[in-house]
Amino acid sequence: MARVMTKEKTVTESNDIKTPFKEFVRKFKKQKTALVALAFICLLAIIAVISYQVVPYGINEYDYSAIMQGPSAKHIFGTDEFGRDLFSRILCGTRISLSVGLLSVSIGAILGTILGLLGGYYGGLLDACIMRVCDVLFAFPGIILAIAIVAILGSGLYNVVIAVAVFSTPTFARLVRSTTLSLKSSVFVQAARNIGSSDRRILFRHILPGAIPNIIVQYTMSIGNSILTASSLSFLGMGAQPPTPEWGLLLSNGRNYMMSSWHITFFPGLAIFLTVLSFNLLGDGLRDALDPKLSE
Amino acid sequence: MLRYIVKRIIGVIPTLILVVTFVFFFVRMIPGDPARLVAGPQATQEDVELVREQLGLNESIPKQYVNYVSGLFHGDLGTSLRTKRPVAVEVASRYGNTVQLTLLSLAWSSVVGILLGVWSGRHRSKWQDYTGMTLAVSGISLPSFWIGFILIIIFSVNLKIFPTTGADGFSSLVLPAFTLGTSVAAVVARFTRSSLIEVMKEDYIRTARAKGLREKAVIWKHAFRNSMISVVTVIGLQFGYLLGGSVVTESVFAFPGLGSLLIESVNYRDYPAIQSLILIFSLHFLIINLLVDVLYALLNPEIQLG
Repeated sequence: MARVMTKEKTVTESNDIKTPFKEFVRKFKKQKTALVALAFICLLAIIAVISYQVVPYGINEYDYSAIMQGPSAKHIFGTDEFGRDLFSRILCGTRISLSVGLLSVSIGAILGTILGLLGGYYGGLLDACIMRVCDVLFAFPGIILAIAIVAILGSGLYNVVIAVAVFSTPTFARLVRSTTLSLKSSVFVQAARNIGSSDRRILFRHILPGAIPNIIVQYTMSIGNSILTASSLSFLGMGAQPPTPEWGLLLSNGRNYMMSSWHITFFPGLAIFLTVLSFNLLGDGLRDALDPKLSE
Repeated sequence: MLRYIVKRIIGVIPTLILVVTFVFFFVRMIPGDPARLVAGPQATQEDVELVREQLGLNESIPKQYVNYVSGLFHGDLGTSLRTKRPVAVEVASRYGNTVQLTLLSLAWSSVVGILLGVWSGRHRSKWQDYTGMTLAVSGISLPSFWIGFILIIIFSVNLKIFPTTGADGFSSLVLPAFTLGTSVAAVVARFTRSSLIEVMKEDYIRTARAKGLREKAVIWKHAFRNSMISVVTVIGLQFGYLLGGSVVTESVFAFPGLGSLLIESVNYRDYPAIQSLILIFSLHFLIINLLVDVLYALLNPEIQLG
């Protein structure tokens, strides 16, 4: 059976008939802002990898002769209360924010997808239990759930990752469940069942691919949101601890010097804003490119 | 209609019970001995036992649960470890501030969000649309603590128009309300736009245009009113999120509300206060969602109630 399917696939591709993926690439290329956002995210990823090797100053390099200086040619983002170069610290913070965002949403997406598939496909008591848990998690507005989890686990970046992962799981579970429900009764799933495919095969080969577009959009949007939540938690003193150059923490540190040195709060916030913005723009672009209903 | 409302209210009860139970076990999930944690490292065994009794942790878990739930029915939220006053009193003294802040934020952000959304939606794919939607996507990407600081630096430190912190009359609400409402305005604008565009595809819009109605009348009399049904729902849901979002904003402006009380309580490990506040936040959220559902059903004639 699998052989026949692969054969069919090669035939369609060689005839150059529009495959959904080609169609998606063609539509996505038209989304100029999303392309710019994607380029920026790639740049951030490169910075995250190489920042420690290329920054002009060490992240914990104190210089008491240059305390709280405004932006200058020597320190383009200025320096903090210990004379540390803010530009270097912000670049090195990219790794933290990106990994926290990616890691927490990935955990949430995988957990949520599995729960949604199982609940939607098997229904019954299992589904009822999963959805009840989601209801309870949804009953906490915004960041409150994350604060509650950090209050239990204690502050620190790892706990922030767990908190944000738990916080994003129910969204994926509901999303995947609703797609599963609608695909479960479709003709191709019934056909697969009739020829004796196992449940696992039906779930992962037939139903999951149908849910992937929605998952991708939700995933991208959630990364922006989770970077915001994580930096908010660090800002509130519940996430990264000094001297980690986490953006929310840098900003929180600057609040004591707001009257005299605006740059200590301004630049870390700008970094968070641009990063979150590019993930949201990319998410918007992906959604428009993946939406078959949207006319061009 | 009444049957639908009753059904929805009954539907919320299981979630409510689960949330209360979750919050109850919340304090019991803290690793280690909470009484020891609260009493501090220097405390003697007697002190720890005293704290344990204060927390009501010397009883069996089922007994504690019954005590906790019956306490809730009497409005007893326990005693704050930080201030040694009843948590209910602490909450009451700050409740009004958060409600004022939330309502003011909701008011400005709904109006601005709707106007921006209509403006973008009626000029679909023109420069107005791009401007509006760029503003909106920026609005959902802005860290609220960052906007807060920028506003403080501009309006409090440099121009000296508004106070930096505290809750002292209307002027102290302006900056926090602006900060808190930004993301809501953005969400409302995005939703209004897509809802309006959806409605503009309907036949009755074509009819209205065909009979020679002015564009303004088509937009506001026909399209806008119909698109509002779903926008009202989104605004209602955002109201719940505002309550949660107030945590960060209140902390930026040192605003004496429920959000900053939660942060103070977390920093002090004031467990009775933390569990009460989390319960209050989620109760609000559940009640608002319920009201929104009912309102939606009332507004939307297409919904078949049964």
